[in-house]
Amino acid sequence: MTSYLIFVLKRFGQFLLVVFLGVTITFFVTHLTPIDPVEESIGAITQMGQSDPNAIELMRKSLRELYGLEGSIWQQYLNFWLRLATGDLGPSLSAFPTPVSTIILRSLPWTIGLMTVSTLITFVLGNAIGALAGYYRKNMVLKGVSLVFIALLPIPYYILAFVLLIVFGYLWPVLPITGGYEMNANLDLSFALVLDILEHSILPALSLILVGAGSWLIGMRALVSNIITDDYVTFAELGGVPKNKILRSYIARNAMVPQFTGLAMSLGAIFNGTVITEIVFGYPGIGNLLIEAVHAGDYSLVLGLSALSIVGVAAAVFIIDVLSPLIDPRIKVE
Amino acid sequence: MFTIIRDLSRHNMEFLCGLLLFAVIVGLVILSYFSPYGASDIYLLPPDMPPDGEYWLGTTSRGQDVFWQLTTGLRNTLYFGIGVAILSRIISLVVGLVAGYAGGAVDRVLMAINDSVMVIPQFPLLILFYFVLKDSMTWTTLIVIMALLGWSYDARLIRSVAIGLKSRPFTTQSVYSGMTMRKILVEEHLPYVLPIVFATTMNNMIWSIGMEITLSVLGFTDIETPTMGMMIYWANAHSALISGIWWWVAAPVAVIVILFLALFLLSMSMNEYNDPRSRLNRMGS
Repeated sequence: MTSYLIFVLKRFGQFLLVVFLGVTITFFVTHLTPIDPVEESIGAITQMGQSDPNAIELMRKSLRELYGLEGSIWQQYLNFWLRLATGDLGPSLSAFPTPVSTIILRSLPWTIGLMTVSTLITFVLGNAIGALAGYYRKNMVLKGVSLVFIALLPIPYYILAFVLLIVFGYLWPVLPITGGYEMNANLDLSFALVLDILEHSILPALSLILVGAGSWLIGMRALVSNIITDDYVTFAELGGVPKNKILRSYIARNAMVPQFTGLAMSLGAIFNGTVITEIVFGYPGIGNLLIEAVHAGDYSLVLGLSALSIVGVAAAVFIIDVLSPLIDPRIKVE
Repeated sequence: MFTIIRDLSRHNMEFLCGLLLFAVIVGLVILSYFSPYGASDIYLLPPDMPPDGEYWLGTTSRGQDVFWQLTTGLRNTLYFGIGVAILSRIISLVVGLVAGYAGGAVDRVLMAINDSVMVIPQFPLLILFYFVLKDSMTWTTLIVIMALLGWSYDARLIRSVAIGLKSRPFTTQSVYSGMTMRKILVEEHLPYVLPIVFATTMNNMIWSIGMEITLSVLGFTDIETPTMGMMIYWANAHSALISGIWWWVAAPVAVIVILFLALFLLSMSMNEYNDPRSRLNRMGS
């Protein structure tokens, strides 16, 4: 138990390092920006007819405080951390004065939902086909299915999503290709709404699954074909243990361990893919929000989204890391 | 090197297909130097012509020949990928070899940084960089940023090989004969990891070119330089698909798919070649 605790603490240290590096990069990149968020909003407000110089000066002062641009760069840096910790990221520019955190929280469930569901399906599907293809090497059907997934693997998310959009949007319009639900849908929780949301998530999820499953498949297939030659598998085969049972409880269980580690390591890439896919399909998650924020020049929203993405992904990696020894009896606490 | 290529193309279908597809790409890139039109000249030709004998792949709504646009864009995209690959290989070689050889605290510190870089989601960060730099976001800057984000996975791989090399007798011998660490890494260990570096180069190019395309399509790079992503960006800006100018979009998408399949097949067959177990399987079957 103590060894497990040490392991968790180490992983937690790694988590803190990722957050520290990510947030620091984010902060210093944005503070080299030629955009002055305060002047931007003052410009927006004066266009509405407010032009009393005293009032503008007062506004400038209060906005500087709002955006945490007071004091030297180190003070600002410390303040940025404090505000991140309290979840106060200042007001949004494009939707002034709504707080950035409110806007992000509105989009977050969509991204988390899409990412979780498609990652689960991708992981299970890829590993299942990979394990079968590794064990039954002669099976032509499995070979064919594997080949399709492997061929899709190198295609960039954007291109595949784009192709799906053309196929299901123009050539064979059966699925909704944009948004998270119908435009004029009644947003009270009902069976119809759930169906609607599911229907809108099919294409984004499908493009993520099609691109992602191949890498798990290749990894699992290689692992299984290596384990097959191990003595204990041969022994089980000679002992007449049913083939299915050998694959399930002798081979797959051992092969899953490195795959699980791989899942933690590739979460950043999976998040990238989710964000890109959301943009193509106009899915109302973090990806869309990020693009809108860039086009609107919404300084605090872009900053908040980048920082939050890094913290969120790091937290997810930490959770998976801490869970992985529970499947792996040979816990490595170096 | 040459014998490896000969062996691979003789025994390995995937490598041969990858090589052929890549030859198509290289051919198009060479053709781009003979382009009769300037890369960013517009309205030279009648717009929206479908593919025919005169304009092989049709013309765009901006009065450009799709075929020649395609070759130039492909060249820029490929050079971008190669630039990122070379820079990031240098970083991952240094980090991987040093961490593997030095071990101890050096290894731990380097790997902690390595793992952090590995899990940071790059896409939001790249968008942030564009947001900050706007017009001063040149291709050189983007290459450097991408290289700084894309070395960690391969550094880990190189490190694992380097750890194995450290315990080999020839390393001990080099140490006793008074070679410096730098000399051992460059002269003794580097040749062993080079085959792996070649395989990872392809994967790294797949990643960086994929990012370039995504960023360009969204208009988050320098929009004056034609690249594969930029072609799709302009096609989208002119609603090419809706107005039925499908060849403007189909051409870059097809070439992108060819390029990625080529890189992927090459990297897969190289990986297989590097792994003696699967090489034996292939010879045995």
